[in-house]
Amino acid sequence: MAEKELMYGNHALVEGVIHAGCRFFAGYPITPQNESPEYMSIRMNEVGGVFLQTESEIAAINMLFGAAAAGARAMTSSSSPGISLMQEGLSYIAGADVPVLVVNIARGGPGLGNIAPAQSDYFQAVKSGGHGDYHTIVLAPNSVQEMFEFPRLAFELAEKYRNPALILADGLLGQMMEPVEIKGEPIDPKTLPEQDWWLTGCKGREKRVIRSYDLRPGKLEEWNWRRWEKYQKILKNEQRYEDIKIDDADILIVAYGTSARVAEAGLRIARQKGLKVGLLRPITLWPFPSDILSELSKRIEDILVVEMSLGQMIEDVKLVVEGRSKIHFIGHPGGGLPNAQEIYNKILEIRSKK
Amino acid sequence: MKLLFGRPAGLTDINQRYCPGCGHGIVHRLIGELLVEMNIREKTIGVAPVGCSVFADEYFNCDMIQVPHGRAPAVATGIKRTRPDCMVFTYQGDGDLAAIGTAEMIHVAARNENITIIFINNAIYGMTGGQLAPTTLPGMRSTTSVKGRDVVTQGYPIKVCELLNALDGPYYLERVAVDIPRNIIKTKKAIKTAFQYQLDNKGFSLIEILSMCPTGWGVTPVQAKKWIAEVMANYYPLGELRNRAKEAK
Ligand SMILES: Cc1ncc(C[n+]2csc(CCOP(=O)(O)OP(=O)(O)O)c2C)c(N)n1
Ligand code: SF4
Repeated sequence: MAEKELMYGNHALVEGVIHAGCRFFAGYPITPQNESPEYMSIRMNEVGGVFLQTESEIAAINMLFGAAAAGARAMTSSSSPGISLMQEGLSYIAGADVPVLVVNIARGGPGLGNIAPAQSDYFQAVKSGGHGDYHTIVLAPNSVQEMFEFPRLAFELAEKYRNPALILADGLLGQMMEPVEIKGEPIDPKTLPEQDWWLTGCKGREKRVIRSYDLRPGKLEEWNWRRWEKYQKILKNEQRYEDIKIDDADILIVAYGTSARVAEAGLRIARQKGLKVGLLRPITLWPFPSDILSELSKRIEDILVVEMSLGQMIEDVKLVVEGRSKIHFIGHPGGGLPNAQEIYNKILEIRSKK
Repeated sequence: MKLLFGRPAGLTDINQRYCPGCGHGIVHRLIGELLVEMNIREKTIGVAPVGCSVFADEYFNCDMIQVPHGRAPAVATGIKRTRPDCMVFTYQGDGDLAAIGTAEMIHVAARNENITIIFINNAIYGMTGGQLAPTTLPGMRSTTSVKGRDVVTQGYPIKVCELLNALDGPYYLERVAVDIPRNIIKTKKAIKTAFQYQLDNKGFSLIEILSMCPTGWGVTPVQAKKWIAEVMANYYPLGELRNRAKEAK
């Protein structure tokens, strides 16, 4: 087995980004992700990349737009209020079919909220947070290992579909330490093949244009339907999830990221007491892992959704389940955390009503 | 038949949608000519704003990107840092640059980013129908200042070149106009100088161009030109405000 290194989540993310061949970072300081850009400024300097501390998150997302349009693997990292500021830019980027990576180390909201870990930006992330019909690919890590691995996956998916990708995590994942295994060879960005839409200067070819508008009657509708076809492909091919003990489960927990870690601890207590509890952890929040959940809901009567919010992913669960199972909920908005005992108690309660 | 006067190869064949007497078309032509004369068309990436010149991505015959309102300097920064060998310019109106995009404008200048901003100052919001712009003169009428800009409630115009001249960053700042041939020639020279400084890795330039918007001003094209000479250029004096190349000598 490869050697493991003890890392903070925010540092693992940076190493993952560099490993993925990204050499362009632009961002504006905000807690709880400051360790990322601070460390990034050092690492980008070492590898000859670009590090820009911007005047705002608005500038940062637009710098990504330019860098990615010119052919760079480009990323930014921020937290909830900063991600809100990026939404107009993200809409343009999605509308222009440009791949970028945006990392949201989410915190309690709304407003300035607090800096505690939260999952209350789910809607914004998966339902197109900016204007217009669009989707971003959303990955939700739940370990420092995944903080390292997902930047590469995010860039690969983003480029495969020419679509912005998001990593949605929280301060807990950013600030905790875990051993990380550096998997795979680092990517040298110079080896990435030139794409036929990159802006490089039109030497020996027709000019290229990157834009998100089309004012000709009917044309934007056509263009959006083409993007819809792309979304259908993503929905069909890219659903990712982890499942734990689902085979014999008669109660299923659905939780992602930090909530899924706590849910897993609750599951272990329940299993020790002989209760048949399983866990489905969405890894892609968009595309949501509907296929597996739909299957499971055909035989599992009770589904418990655990979220650090007032209840956002639960809406997607309900859409998929279509009334086949009873949906239960544990939610902690405003930076509150669930705990394992609470989850176990809820399972007991569900059990007693069976 | 011999062609005596035609479209420069730096512009596409697409018919531009600007109003008669609009200054945008003149500036487009100057840039289109320079892309060819300076032999930079094939290494240039242009950034089109939101405003009447949103379609600049169609009009310039080089690689182009159309971006959110006011954010062209940030996008240009991303492009330039990725492709330092390319010539990168933004083309922005006064609402785009000096209202919604003020922060990006100031910081790109403060960074002395090696790009060129072509700034069209027509003292009005053209595209949205002639509303007050950050550059609308005191007393000047617009659709949101029908009795004339009242500086008590609507504040004072922003003089972009003077504002940026307070920063250490910029390399070259000049204000020109496209009302009469003599000024148009000066405008071309200023843009050429800015492009050349960029090619020489000198850093940030902004060329502010006083430009006619007869439609937004509610006047004829001829009156619009006169108004630039008689009124606008008094408030926004023409000339070079910063040239580090000359300071160095
Ligand atoms: C975020 C956002 N706000 C407002 C608009 C509407 N809008 C389009 S163009 C424009 C003003 C353009 O004026 P200016 O930059 O002076 O350029 P001109 O049209 O005069 O050339 C505005 C406000 C927009 N497209 N996006
Ligand atoms: S509205 Fe003004 S700036 Fe816009 S095209 Fe017409 S004259 Fe030009």
